[in-house]
Amino acid sequence: MVSTIDETSVTAVAVAPREFASVGGRSIRWARQLPVLPLAILVPFVFMALFADFIAPYDPTEPIPGAKIFEPPFWMQGGSVHALLGTDFQSRDVLSRLIFGARVSLIVGVTGTIVAGGIGTAMGILAGYLGGWVDQVIMRLTDAWLALPGLVFAIFLATMVGPSMWNIVIILGLVYWTRYARVIRGEVLSLREREYVKLAEIAGGSRTRVILRHILPNVMNSTMVLASLTIGVVIIAEASLSFLGVGVPPPEPAWGSMLADGRSMLMVGDWWLTVFPGLGILLVVLATQLLGDWLRVRLDPQLRNM
Amino acid sequence: MGQFMIRRILYAVVTLFILSLTIFTVVRLTGDPVTLLAEPGARAEDLDRVRTEWGLDRPWPVQYLAFVKNVFTGDLGKSFNYQMPVSTLYFQRLPNSLELALAATLISFFIGIPAGIISAVRVNSWWDSFGKIVALLGLSIPGFWLGLVMILTFSVWLRWLPTSGQGSWQHLIMPAVALGWYFAASLLRLTRSSMLEVLRSEYVKLARLKGLPGYVVLAVHAFKNALIPVLTLAGVNLVVMINAAVIIEVIFAWPGIGRLLYEGIFQRDFPLVQGIVMEAGIMIVLVNLIVDLLYAYIDPRIRLTK
Repeated sequence: MVSTIDETSVTAVAVAPREFASVGGRSIRWARQLPVLPLAILVPFVFMALFADFIAPYDPTEPIPGAKIFEPPFWMQGGSVHALLGTDFQSRDVLSRLIFGARVSLIVGVTGTIVAGGIGTAMGILAGYLGGWVDQVIMRLTDAWLALPGLVFAIFLATMVGPSMWNIVIILGLVYWTRYARVIRGEVLSLREREYVKLAEIAGGSRTRVILRHILPNVMNSTMVLASLTIGVVIIAEASLSFLGVGVPPPEPAWGSMLADGRSMLMVGDWWLTVFPGLGILLVVLATQLLGDWLRVRLDPQLRNM
Repeated sequence: MGQFMIRRILYAVVTLFILSLTIFTVVRLTGDPVTLLAEPGARAEDLDRVRTEWGLDRPWPVQYLAFVKNVFTGDLGKSFNYQMPVSTLYFQRLPNSLELALAATLISFFIGIPAGIISAVRVNSWWDSFGKIVALLGLSIPGFWLGLVMILTFSVWLRWLPTSGQGSWQHLIMPAVALGWYFAASLLRLTRSSMLEVLRSEYVKLARLKGLPGYVVLAVHAFKNALIPVLTLAGVNLVVMINAAVIIEVIFAWPGIGRLLYEGIFQRDFPLVQGIVMEAGIMIVLVNLIVDLLYAYIDPRIRLTK
């Protein structure tokens, strides 16, 4: 996991309250500390994903009428302004496919992370709070699932289940929940011993009530921090599965499958088919990592070294 | 020590049991394996024949016991496509994967360890920031995309290196960098935090106090001790690389285990996929077990507290 926490930003946060106390309200302080770089990268991609239908110049799954296959970007010889970033092997517009590809990557990244976080947090709370055999079963399951490299496990599941975007979401959720379960369980073990949890139990609160009112809100920070770490992993995993042909099925434009399509033309030097989708993945994952670092400092300084 | 060993071995056995149960269940939940085993469009009587041949007409628990018994005797089923036992195929490919993984480990050492040490020694300096950027990129750049970009640059444009295949060191260098990249980042982070911890310790202070030159303190006292967790991670990484280098091996046409898995996916060779996943799981569980036992042997704190 990441421990690339910026020491300077740690001190910045520690110093900030004093510095901005005179300036005024909470909202200003919050705004001054916004992670500018990651948001500057991420916001355009989210915008592209949301409004792909309006932004994309062409249908990403249909050939451009009259265009040739493997047209280069417009600034190169043989390129045209009709297809700004060139065309692929079916004379489809690379730019439109990139824009719609952002949608696939972000949907799978976000929902896959939510599924993983949901399962993992629930399992971690159950294991930590109930203890005993429930704890044993869940932790041994975690050990077993962690024994397989995530990607190999995901490939195995995807091969068996068959490709579709929502299958991939569920598969990646099922593969990556184990990290959450381990961390959350550890937190719950110490929360369980706190006075207010004990008092809630003595006051007659049911287990469900104690878990929902007293345990869950206190582990949400960790869940959020872990989620910020998982989202990049999930996006790369989706791209890998799509690259191997067991992810989002064609003609749906996913960055991973675009890379696979471009591979055959690599030897000829048609670089735009390979460079652009990869840059998309790189930028989105980089931004989520940076955002995660920022979130980690804000939410829980103790998790910094993870 | 005896008690710790027994418990740890017991855990490994339970882990393998759950792993085998998971694989077994997934294969049977996701549809009738017979349809995967038989030729597409096979007649009903052919399906019945295949079902009897593979013992799929027996009740599930009986099938599972047979599966476990086979795994224990080293029989992971027969590849549909190769008409050979999966374990034979696996061990045929193992030396190739090992060669690639060792080269990748070396590369991750060359990048990760020196950068990690410099980051720790010159903490918060320009060097440290540089190390953080490398670590961040290590997580954000998908290894397979790095591989594609390297092929484009060094094979297609510069014509320095062969695009794919196995043989000379020129064949090895690009896949090893692409595979080692991610692990270099994780080694960098671990080396840095491990060095920081050791540098703060009492014995390093004492070594400084008694007037040893800085480089002697670093090399003899700090580095040697900081290296233990780093080497452990490298060992575990090596096993993961051997089994999980699927995309890198596909891109560079490297005849290793990952590519065998890929062939299994594409040819719907379901016993092959299942067998490789199981074999990978067994290997990783065993290596983790050995690492834990060695740790306990070296460090009494581990065997006494757990």
